[in-house]
Amino acid sequence: MSASSVPLARPERTLFVLGCVATACALVFLLVDVGGQWDFVLPFRGRKLATALLVGYAIGVSTVLFQTVTGNRVLTPAIMGFDYLYVLIQTCLLFFLGSGTVARMDPRLLFGVEVVVMVAFSGLLHWGLFGGARRSLHLLLLTGVVLGVLFRSLAQFLQRVIDPNEFIFLQDRFFASFNNPDAHLLLVAAAVTLGVSLVGLRVLGACDVLVLGREAAINLGVDHRRTAGLILVLVAILVSVSTALVGPVTFFGLLVSNLAHMLMRTYRHVLLLPAAALIGAVALVAGQVALERLFAFDASPRVIIEFVGGLVFITMLMRKTPV
Amino acid sequence: MIEAKNVTKRYGQTVVVDDVTLQLPVGGITSIIGPNGAGKSTLLSMMSRVLPMSSGTVRVDGLDVTTTPGDVLARRLAILRQDNPLTARLTVRELVTFGRYPHSKGRPTVKDREHVEQAIRHMGLDALAERFLDELSGGQRQRAFVAMVLCQDTDYVLLDEPLNGLDLKHAVSMMKHLRHAADALQKSVVVVLHDINFASCYSNHLIAMRDGKVAFQGRPADIMRPEVLRAVYELDISIQRIDGDFIATHYR
Repeated sequence: MSASSVPLARPERTLFVLGCVATACALVFLLVDVGGQWDFVLPFRGRKLATALLVGYAIGVSTVLFQTVTGNRVLTPAIMGFDYLYVLIQTCLLFFLGSGTVARMDPRLLFGVEVVVMVAFSGLLHWGLFGGARRSLHLLLLTGVVLGVLFRSLAQFLQRVIDPNEFIFLQDRFFASFNNPDAHLLLVAAAVTLGVSLVGLRVLGACDVLVLGREAAINLGVDHRRTAGLILVLVAILVSVSTALVGPVTFFGLLVSNLAHMLMRTYRHVLLLPAAALIGAVALVAGQVALERLFAFDASPRVIIEFVGGLVFITMLMRKTPV
Repeated sequence: MIEAKNVTKRYGQTVVVDDVTLQLPVGGITSIIGPNGAGKSTLLSMMSRVLPMSSGTVRVDGLDVTTTPGDVLARRLAILRQDNPLTARLTVRELVTFGRYPHSKGRPTVKDREHVEQAIRHMGLDALAERFLDELSGGQRQRAFVAMVLCQDTDYVLLDEPLNGLDLKHAVSMMKHLRHAADALQKSVVVVLHDINFASCYSNHLIAMRDGKVAFQGRPADIMRPEVLRAVYELDISIQRIDGDFIATHYR
């Protein structure tokens, strides 16, 4: 009975290490090379940091939850077209209402409307996933990819036919990057995320049971329809939060959730979800530091994420192991 | 008692289970037998509320399975289906501990842990308790799932083809475990079986299904007759009496 007799504590230890790494990244991001203007730099960097943490949390948690409900490791909300649906909603609003009207609207109200549409979509997805006969994973995957392409193409089509000035407005307004986070939106997003997390705490135990699959979960007394529905709604809201803050990132969630599963090697969501959130935050903050310090804003981390994520996605599909 | 009343399952025009009314006896082992596509698994799934029925009602101790909260039923009735795909890596002990979820909601107490150890021992899984399920053979996996269901400690245990993929030795030991659960632990065990000889040797009650209906039911002595089995399986089957058991020979 040596040190190897404490395998139970392993996921907890990994989580602790992740927490330390995340804190270190955050401190480096905030404090390195400040150069005098503390009262300007700290709030400015603080907002960026908050955005990165919030987005990392939203993407990590939403992807792990989505994969638990759908019972696979390949599908993510982003691959199922959630992100681009959000973009499409925004583009439609602009297209039909015009930038004048949209600019006068409260960004929080806009956000609210978009969240409602997203939740409605998740309801539709819930019905498609669990209503009636069981669908095969590959059919679902295809549906998701087709929907994603459909939403993206529609959004791009609308963006082409609108006035170029409006298009610039759209880009400015909606695709805020880490470099100019909107303070109001950030606050709303943080509040929404907190709310989602509090609701989510109540189904945390049921999440573990969902890992066993629908029938086994029902056998153990989990109201599968309600629980899965609730989780999909939470996922839709979290995706809205992350997309509102930084726009769509297709494969980031896939990377984060699989890394979390790989590092934690546990089915317990109490440990898995914080790990995914921390991994997401670390990747984003470290990416931002690298972007600012090493590449002098020259490279887009998004391209790198999509490249690596795409490779992982293809590898996972090619592997013969059941997904 | 589990009572099914006018239970029907339809997929479009196809009727899989056709207006079945049935009372399952309390205690002992009840086996559901019948040819492929007779609706055995479907009936079992509907009785355990895993599959919604097209019409009819099922009551477990007077509780309607479609309206009773899931966690109330989960303490009275447990079901194990044929295939149990897993996306997560679980050890045998973790899986069996899930069986306590209806009682402890994910926070197992000392008493729950005792139940878990007992179920693991009962299914002969002591040596495998820390192994991951994806490292086990099909039969070992099957036993781990049965241990989970037994650990749930319900009065009714429903198993869909628990002998699937088990070799002779493990099939016999599985049936003995179920017999023990019925005799010593006072459970009512309902199994879907393909091997009619296992059904005949270990059951108190047999239910023979055909074309979505209950064709015959009764004690093994009533069902294990050439004319009855001929009607169920469309096969000439001769019955031998060996050491008090009715054994069907249907290999030639």
